[in-house]
Amino acid sequence: MTTPVLQIRDLKVTFSTPLGPLVAVRGIDLDVHPGEMTAVVGESGSGKSVSFLAAMGLLPRTATVEGSVMLDGHQLVGASPKLLRSIRGRLLSMIFQDPLSALNPVHRIGAQISEMLRAHSSMSERAARIRAVELLEIVGIPQPGDRALQYPHEFSGGMRQRVVIAMAIANSPKVLIADEPTTALDVTVQAQILEVIQRVQAQFGTAVVLITHDLGVVARVCERVNVMYAGRVVERADIGTIFDEPTHPYTRGLLASLPQAGVERLVPIAGFPPNMLNPPTGCAFRTRCEHAAEACGQRLPELEPLGNSMTACIRAKELVGR
Amino acid sequence: MGKYLYEVLRFVLRRLAWAVPTLFLVTFLVYVALRIGTNPVESYKRINPRATPAKIQQYIEVNGLDPNYVRGYFRWLVNFVTLDWPRSIKGSREVWPQLKDALANTLRLGAAASTVGIFFGLMLGIYAALRPGGRRDVGVNTAAFVGISIPPYVSAILLQLVFAVYWSRWFGSTLFPTSGVYPPGHTGFNGWLMAKHMVLPVTVVAIQIIAVYARYMRSSLLDVLSSEYMRTARSKGISERRVLFKHGLRNALIPVVTIAALDVGSIVGGLIITENIFSYPGMGKYFLSSFGEGDFPLLMPWMVIIVASVLLFNLLADVSYAWLDPRIRLE
Amino acid sequence: MLPTISPRRMAFNRFVSHKAAVVSVFILATLVLFVALSPFTARYGVNEAVQAPPNYFLSPRANAWLGTDDIGRDLYSRLIYGVRVSLIIGLFSAMISVAIGCLVGSVAGFRGGRFDDVVMRVTDLFLAFPFLVTLLVMRNMLGAITWLTPVIGELSSVRFIIVLFAIFGWMGVARIVRGQVLALKEREFIEAARAVGASRWYIVRRHLLPNSIGPIMVALTFSVVSAIIGESTLAFFGYGPQAGAGATSLGILVGQAKGAVNTGFWWLALFPCLTLVTIALTINFIGDALRDATDPRMQKDG
Repeated sequence: MTTPVLQIRDLKVTFSTPLGPLVAVRGIDLDVHPGEMTAVVGESGSGKSVSFLAAMGLLPRTATVEGSVMLDGHQLVGASPKLLRSIRGRLLSMIFQDPLSALNPVHRIGAQISEMLRAHSSMSERAARIRAVELLEIVGIPQPGDRALQYPHEFSGGMRQRVVIAMAIANSPKVLIADEPTTALDVTVQAQILEVIQRVQAQFGTAVVLITHDLGVVARVCERVNVMYAGRVVERADIGTIFDEPTHPYTRGLLASLPQAGVERLVPIAGFPPNMLNPPTGCAFRTRCEHAAEACGQRLPELEPLGNSMTACIRAKELVGR
Repeated sequence: MGKYLYEVLRFVLRRLAWAVPTLFLVTFLVYVALRIGTNPVESYKRINPRATPAKIQQYIEVNGLDPNYVRGYFRWLVNFVTLDWPRSIKGSREVWPQLKDALANTLRLGAAASTVGIFFGLMLGIYAALRPGGRRDVGVNTAAFVGISIPPYVSAILLQLVFAVYWSRWFGSTLFPTSGVYPPGHTGFNGWLMAKHMVLPVTVVAIQIIAVYARYMRSSLLDVLSSEYMRTARSKGISERRVLFKHGLRNALIPVVTIAALDVGSIVGGLIITENIFSYPGMGKYFLSSFGEGDFPLLMPWMVIIVASVLLFNLLADVSYAWLDPRIRLE
Repeated sequence: MLPTISPRRMAFNRFVSHKAAVVSVFILATLVLFVALSPFTARYGVNEAVQAPPNYFLSPRANAWLGTDDIGRDLYSRLIYGVRVSLIIGLFSAMISVAIGCLVGSVAGFRGGRFDDVVMRVTDLFLAFPFLVTLLVMRNMLGAITWLTPVIGELSSVRFIIVLFAIFGWMGVARIVRGQVLALKEREFIEAARAVGASRWYIVRRHLLPNSIGPIMVALTFSVVSAIIGESTLAFFGYGPQAGAGATSLGILVGQAKGAVNTGFWWLALFPCLTLVTIALTINFIGDALRDATDPRMQKDG
């Protein structure tokens, strides 16, 4: 096994709110290996985006981050703003969910990309412009020379997401975090964007973290999957294992709610995610879990190996095969 | 670039094609309102009690005071456009020299107050927006509310009381003069004296402008700061200063500049209260004295200038909006 | 699950969290109480001298807390009577303008088309002119139309001033209501009501107006302020309600301050000005809090 390029250990994120502290991420461990595509799957509010915004140092002032995030030998938790700034966009960059609002409406596309380039190198304005056009070509934008002079509103949603990707990979980062990159797009465009991400991953050797709530997207492109629920990683496994032999009841619930050929009825997971201002004791999923037992409320389950997966469920072993 | 200029020109021409009829319509309405409201013929007889019927008839002729409003308006319009302006009722003086001086004085006061007011207003707004909900935000917001709630004549009275009346009692001489542009009897140009006379009126007007613009800027910048592209900008690893200026302020200023263009248009007539209190010989004082006398020949050209400047700056606001925001097309 | 809170309760909570507004409510309530109980709180009649001459321009003292004016009348008592007149002008003209504004605004927003165009053009035009100029020209014009006099009163009466400000105030309100209607029109529950065949008027009455109540309340408070300040402005320049039968108003008192400045009778300037600013400020704060309370989107973040 290679050494991970991004290593998250016991990461905790707490927001102070008028109603009291809200623990959005409750101690997660996560490794991202070079050149690999890793998925982080979960419902909205499960803490998946917050974890990586914390790594980027992009959370609002109301957030407190504890634990450790190591990127390529740099400790990011508690790092100085200066160090964080030099890492953001150079070693670690991020693609956001909504390409409509992620680009600044008043600056030209080319200028927005070259700003990223010039932030981390002594490239001349001219060289940066030329490189920006090349990047646009790499992500598959036709007539990149003309398009670089246009404004974001002149691009379609899918094209804008390509621009955002071009910007994110401008400095060949070690890790690219794609936060729901296809959610806001048409279904037909989604596949194209995933393809672009795969292509740049191969071309630049970048490790990609794909944050999504859609297991269908994961199935197409990812190698490893982390399932998050209520601020915890509840299951981690290879893509094949997740689909063929899921171990955590929540993962099974997710799979059952996924449309599949030959299955007529989708089974949604009953109930709602817990209120993170006041999360239940023990396993957070037990309030919605059909297999919940009294013991589930006793303590927070840790990730433990089971077959080919790591799973955080004390009853997982009994449930295998059911 | 040439194509863009052409586009702007076309837009301006098309808007002017609308502005001209609007100008006619509005001046007609003003004409009617003034004729009903100030009764120009009666005013003439009141101020010139010994005028002969022939003189009165001539006055009616040159001012277009025909009993039929439409015919009268066109009569007035022809005289106005051909620069054959009737003389004032009181003292039978030429209108343009007075109007020109008043306009220059008001523009000077307005420009000084707008510059000071908008600059400090924007600074305070930015200062507040950078720490939303914090102590300095609450402070600026509250101060802005106080500023908005103080009518100009109240701040003018209080400033006069402190800086003129009591200052001279305590220290022997007034710090700032409270009326006019120059001391009585002064002739010729003297920049220093003029500036001293403008301090108090500029302060009064600027207080209001600061308060209003601090609020505009604050809410506009707050809007922008919470938008996604600010997070993108931050994720690039560029300096916080660059994030704020290049991405934040550039966007936050768009609505503020548009409003400012509109406000500057209305400033020509908007200093009435301040000018009157400080006996400042500008457009406002001109209006109040001629309105009080019912001096129709003085009032109409004043109204035309006001309407024209409002229309002009409306156009300017639209053009500047389209210029600043690439999403807006000039159509 | 979060404890459920009714929208009204939530709005109340947000209002109370605006500290300046809560203080404002208390100050304003005290002021209104003083005015309402003027037979007990005022120490002298409107035109009563505090003592036998020489009694003019007395500085604040035991028998005239806030001093006396040029003919020896108690400023404190006159302020109470003046505020009474100003509040009446503010409240009545605001209520009339809100009523007209709601009607015109909702019809314009709902029907759209030609009517909407004309209304918006007219209001644009009025709002583009300097406020005081329009006010003065309209005042003289309305005063000169003799057949209107029995309805709207003499040029210098309080009733005339109320009508004058109502004529101005409705335009701002109409714009707000129109905007609300246009926004709400697209919302699903209105579509649903239309789909089941509810009449227009029914939709306006049952859905649009209740949903616009927040902005309308806000508009009401701001109309009150602008009418009170407007009255003062007019009176300051001598175009306000005339002191018929010795009545006074805040504007008249502030106007007297103008003459008092150069002679150094500071109390005549300070107290009326302070009262006017206090009233304007407290109502503005209350309006601001109402806006925060009824429009969650306007919430300050952070």
